[in-house]
Amino acid sequence: MCVQPAEHGDLALPTGDAYREYLGELVAEGLLVPMGVRGVYGRGRDFERVIVRFDEYVARASAELAPEVLRFPPLFNRSDYRRIDHIHNFPDLMGSVHTFTGGELEHREMLGKFERGEDWSRNLAPAEVMMTPAICYPLYPTLAGGTLPEGGRRVDLQGFAFRHEPSDDPARMQIFRMHEVVRLGLPGEALEHRDYWLARGGELLRAVGLHATPVVANDPFFGRGGKVQKAMQREQSLKYEFVVPICSAEKPTAVGSCNYHLDHFGAAFDIRSHDGSTAHSACVGFGLERVALALFRAHGLAIGAWPRDVRHVLALD
Amino acid sequence: MYSEQIRPLVAQHARLRMAVDELTDESDLYRAGLTSLSTVNLMLALEEHFDVEFLDRMLGRQTFGSIRCLAEAIAELRGATDRDRIAG
Repeated sequence: MCVQPAEHGDLALPTGDAYREYLGELVAEGLLVPMGVRGVYGRGRDFERVIVRFDEYVARASAELAPEVLRFPPLFNRSDYRRIDHIHNFPDLMGSVHTFTGGELEHREMLGKFERGEDWSRNLAPAEVMMTPAICYPLYPTLAGGTLPEGGRRVDLQGFAFRHEPSDDPARMQIFRMHEVVRLGLPGEALEHRDYWLARGGELLRAVGLHATPVVANDPFFGRGGKVQKAMQREQSLKYEFVVPICSAEKPTAVGSCNYHLDHFGAAFDIRSHDGSTAHSACVGFGLERVALALFRAHGLAIGAWPRDVRHVLALD
Repeated sequence: MYSEQIRPLVAQHARLRMAVDELTDESDLYRAGLTSLSTVNLMLALEEHFDVEFLDRMLGRQTFGSIRCLAEAIAELRGATDRDRIAG
């Protein structure tokens, strides 16, 4: 099966214009519904349908490896957040949930600020939860202090992740779904998982007409210290992204990634392999909204006009 | 020439699995437990102590791989700073 991606002359537009133009088309078609905040949208019927079908398609591929299947809410324990280095590495992307915990007096004080249009958020206190920045994060604390069986563990995950990065780029949403498959175990097992999905992920995307190129990438680590982190992540080829042009050929968009975490999560949560060593981990993740955006870009905004083989692979008929 | 000044900073910020006295100047700091996050902490401490800023091309494992590599990087950066001061 070989599906050629459609050619789009407007991929040559300046990136900002291209973002707004594609976003305008998606909104006009009812695929995305603006909610008044950049990067936060409702999803229309056909957009959601593509996401659900691609999600099921990934789930079928994942099932070939017989993983455990787990689903977590888009929130996780604030005390677990303290055990990962997210606040050091990505402080600008975090989402911290706050709520009101005061009494009558404090309520009246907050209401006064609210009515006067002042900043009432200072009267809130942190809740027990943080927004989940990556959907595999809630998994590791559930394994804390434990020993993995021989062969490690494979876990299939899907859910919403939050990253505070408001943007006009429809592919840079603040809240979006990922489908991930995680492997924890010996270093060789984690690397084998990463390399398996580098090949398999590319196959899955090509079969739906997305000619995704795997490239060595880095996470958007914060600040000057982040420059070191980015360089080291690239030096060790810890992260690969599947990139496809959505709005810009020069700045293609990552629709998925394969990541080797070394023992980062194993050490943070004291997870051990069967031989007693600190567990290593790796994951593949598909950004479901981004895949949908790439599919609508490649094949057009009307699903009925998509190539027959793509509709067949995604069970869209 | 800077390695003796670097050692206490490594001890304090690198979060190694062993005492810094057990390391030679050539010992591999990453084998001794230096992580990417502790590299950042070490870098910021070195920058503050020596009043330098690591150049983008230096931001990698090679620069931070041993006390000797760090001493050479600091010498290069301090050399540039000292030259600026003389010129200024």
